[in-house]
Amino acid sequence: MYRQLTGPDPLGRGAAAESPRYAALRPRTESADRVADSVCPYCAVGCGQRVFVRDEKVVQIEGDPDSPISRGRLCPKGSASLQLVTGPQRQEKVRYRAPYATEWTDLDLETAMDMVVDRVLDARERGWQERDEQGNRLRRTMGLASLGGATLDNEENFLIKKLFTALGAIQIENQARI
Amino acid sequence: MGSNMAEAHPVGFQWVIEAKARGARVIHIDPRFTRTSALADTYVPLRAGSDIAFLGGVINHVLSNDLDFREYVAAFTNASFLVREGFEDTEDLDGLFGGYDAETGTYERDCWQYEGADQEREEPEGASPDSPSGDDDSEMDKERTSPMGSGAAGAPLHGATNVATDPTLQHPRCVFQILKRHFARYTPEMVERICGTPREKFQAVCEAWASNSNRERTSALVYSVGWTQHSVGAQYIRAGAIVQLLLGNIGRPGGGVFALRGHASIQGSTDVPTLFNLLPGYLPMPTAGSHETLTDYLDDLRSPTQKGYWTGADAYLVSLLKEYFGDNATAENDYGYAWLPKIDGDHGTYRTVMDMVDGGKVFGYFLLGQNPAVGSAHGRLQRLGMANLDWVVVRDLAMIESATFWKDSPEIETGEISPQTCRTEVFFFPAASHVEKEGTFTQTQRMLQWREKAVEPTGDQRSELWFFYHLGRKLRERLAGSTDPRDEPVQKLDWSYRVDGSGEWPEPSAEDVLRRINGYRTRTGEPVDSYLELEADGSTACGCWIYSGVYADGVNQAARRKPHDAQGPYDRQWGWTWPANRRVLYNRCSADLDGKPWSERKKLVWWDADEGRWTGDDVPDFPATTPPRYEPPPDAVGPEALRGDDAFIMQADGKAWLFAPHGLLDGPMPTHYEPHESPVSNALYGQQGNPTRKVYGRTDNPSNPAPPELHREVFPFVLTAARLTEHHTAGGMSRQLPYLAELQPELTVEVSPELARIRGLTHLGTAHVVTSRAAVQARVMVTDRMSPLWIDGQVVHQIWMPYHWGGTGLVSGDVVNDLLGVVADSNVFIQESKVATCDVRPGPRPRGAALTAMLAQTRARAGVTVETGTRIATADDVPHVTHTEDDTAGGTDDGSTDDGSTGNSAGEQS
Ligand code: SF4
Repeated sequence: MYRQLTGPDPLGRGAAAESPRYAALRPRTESADRVADSVCPYCAVGCGQRVFVRDEKVVQIEGDPDSPISRGRLCPKGSASLQLVTGPQRQEKVRYRAPYATEWTDLDLETAMDMVVDRVLDARERGWQERDEQGNRLRRTMGLASLGGATLDNEENFLIKKLFTALGAIQIENQARI
Repeated sequence: MGSNMAEAHPVGFQWVIEAKARGARVIHIDPRFTRTSALADTYVPLRAGSDIAFLGGVINHVLSNDLDFREYVAAFTNASFLVREGFEDTEDLDGLFGGYDAETGTYERDCWQYEGADQEREEPEGASPDSPSGDDDSEMDKERTSPMGSGAAGAPLHGATNVATDPTLQHPRCVFQILKRHFARYTPEMVERICGTPREKFQAVCEAWASNSNRERTSALVYSVGWTQHSVGAQYIRAGAIVQLLLGNIGRPGGGVFALRGHASIQGSTDVPTLFNLLPGYLPMPTAGSHETLTDYLDDLRSPTQKGYWTGADAYLVSLLKEYFGDNATAENDYGYAWLPKIDGDHGTYRTVMDMVDGGKVFGYFLLGQNPAVGSAHGRLQRLGMANLDWVVVRDLAMIESATFWKDSPEIETGEISPQTCRTEVFFFPAASHVEKEGTFTQTQRMLQWREKAVEPTGDQRSELWFFYHLGRKLRERLAGSTDPRDEPVQKLDWSYRVDGSGEWPEPSAEDVLRRINGYRTRTGEPVDSYLELEADGSTACGCWIYSGVYADGVNQAARRKPHDAQGPYDRQWGWTWPANRRVLYNRCSADLDGKPWSERKKLVWWDADEGRWTGDDVPDFPATTPPRYEPPPDAVGPEALRGDDAFIMQADGKAWLFAPHGLLDGPMPTHYEPHESPVSNALYGQQGNPTRKVYGRTDNPSNPAPPELHREVFPFVLTAARLTEHHTAGGMSRQLPYLAELQPELTVEVSPELARIRGLTHLGTAHVVTSRAAVQARVMVTDRMSPLWIDGQVVHQIWMPYHWGGTGLVSGDVVNDLLGVVADSNVFIQESKVATCDVRPGPRPRGAALTAMLAQTRARAGVTVETGTRIATADDVPHVTHTEDDTAGGTDDGSTDDGSTGNSAGEQS
């Protein structure tokens, strides 16, 4: 009240109401070690994001004012992407559920990769079709399928399609058909 | 239309609001009054699934009042082209076009061709005209994917330069007159009867749209999956495009048809496809039989006599094969063409899931950032499919329902799945997030934007790039010594991507992959600057021809971030837009026949006579030095054959198609058909629904009855579903976040006050929505946003639900997609998930065995059998054949089976 009456803030909405603790607070963005240019991972508007990093951790994600698409704005989803990236829901370990098991178990990443390689080769073999009934060449496998890709990078989708095509797997689909 | 932009694409909607502030009028046409309607100048209601009738009414208004932009239409569209004698319209055949075969539910499409275009039809090899079973060919047609497969090109067209035309647009068989006759019945009265849109409101839209489309002004049309997810979805888009073409709104600033896509890179995943029928750049996957050799494939793709840039398809494909197989792709081995697998029908995601349910066909499944247990239509079928596999690999940020279906899916409660009996092995690989890897997304306006890596991922988290690079590396190691010819393509792959780091498992370089997607000269490794530099002789390699230029000058153009306030209105130095960093496609149309802008206000590109080339604010979408009045020599082909007014440079005839002589399976022009499940009869014709839709008639995929079938009163209401701003699709990226979960904590069902009265529902009370597939529980929201419509003499109520909920996450709820069955558009195999019929009842839904029993009873009451909804032909004078795939076809459901504990879907209905 005293500060309101004597200072430059008679309405008590600024300096007069500021506590020493508040005055000492700094935005997370200010103390960041670096900023990475990014793009919102949700819808296809493609809003620009700036990712603030401190001590190799993401500390804040904000809209990029330079973007001609979004001019700094983000919707609730884009604004919540710090939680998407740093939240406790993020899994960090490979998990494995054996046939008929009632719970997950842990698995080492490299072992899991080798197991997937075995299974891909087996499913490919069992679903292989060399020719159709008329004798036309098919050279493909129906034993394998894949769904996904609409939130993945173009470079990732490129390798996915390339590898599966070479394997003869054709049932490769994504959200674009859904 | 078909879009709630303010809700689903909120930051993009700022531009609509900015346009409004500058004087634009915003009209929102939608079954529900939404956040978009609230900000629009005008809201216009219509019934879900009736948009073609509405658009047909607009077309009729434009044509019968001579309101089309005649100079534009005559020059840039195929309005003047004559169609063959003998073409029969829906007006002649009670809702069918000529050439329909009721046995197969397909069209013989030759009779839709232009007069003068090559009469020869390309038969798939091996299908001789006198083969004993003439049906085989048509059956194959139904399953053929050629319309989608021809991608960027529309379709090949032989003899395109010989087509007969009538520039006065008066000939009774010219496209313009055919179109006029076809839509003559779409009067304001008819629109009101079908759509429930009050006549005056409809008229006001027509007048606003037409009067705002001329030399000085343009109108833009925006749609989203509210248009695509229909059994007539491709024709919805066609209808919108026809309106925009007639009014001269394509290729001009402020005009266009905007498809607002739903995921960060869903456009990219179509361009660089993970789709069964496409190779990168909309090149089709080869088809068994007809594409045996590289020459067969290329001949089928484009005719040597056609115009435009699609004649370069040989360079695009050979360059792709050079990227795939590197030095192993040579002229002698047709660049490894024979190593590509062949498709021969519907291998879409729903077909695959049904094959999983049936067992013995599909053994393993990768889910890459996708959650079909919640996000795909008929969730129960998805989960039962996964529970019947050998293994599933799930790669995601968090645990999603598609990873935990074996222990917590709704089928645990009904006894259809239990962990002790589910044999599926599940691998969960944690994924790196968008800030933990670098790469490009392609957003909805075809713009690629590069993301920098901010931090390293933690623990086992890895990018898909890492996963697939190393999966490929390991597979190649394992197959290195194989002598089996089927392993050759894997052995011959060029997998030599640069890696960042050392050791056995380094991260591959996304930038190097992008460089190779862009394309390079095979001898020097030097990047190409545009697709015009690609060759068919093996001297260039290119992973996706339409992305050629994204690495022009050896620079990652997608990473450009010049602030918007530091550059011109088209922001050409922010990201990179395919093709050729061009912002507006077909922008030759922004200039008149002499190459001058239609008006100063609406100028974009124009012909600079002094320089002898096209220039302007955007990159011209036309051969740079072809003059506006150019007439090519009669023997010219490809880009050289384009006339000065052939603005649609990828089309075989250089024109925009008001009438599609080829390329669509369900008709050369859009026709209003009722949705697969509808409470009303088609007011236009005896033909009720799309006569070529894919119905998947199976006991585990029942349909609610629709006219002329009986008992539709059991499911009297129209159901439609859509997004909320605060959640994202199947919820895997939103239901787990505290902010978003708090903003939208619970699944709701929106009903009108009238419907609430009829069904005894109370605001904020509980209700459940019932179809022949499932019952879903939700909190009731009684709101005027839903209003009953007066349709053809009866009141039709619509209900709306958001679809983001599932069993896991901070907030959970029933899966709305469980309510839907699977029925698809025949052109693109996209499911009809924007409209179905349903009932809504007060109180919580039954659970466990009681739920199964209730659903069985409801089906019995509605007389639902495996044949319900499968009589896709209902027009006069054709047999009304059922299309089922079960052995049980022909049997009836007596509703007595309520045993759902068989462990898979068989026996769900007897
Ligand atoms: S911030 Fe919102 S509008 Fe922008 S891209 Fe992300 S989800 Fe879309």
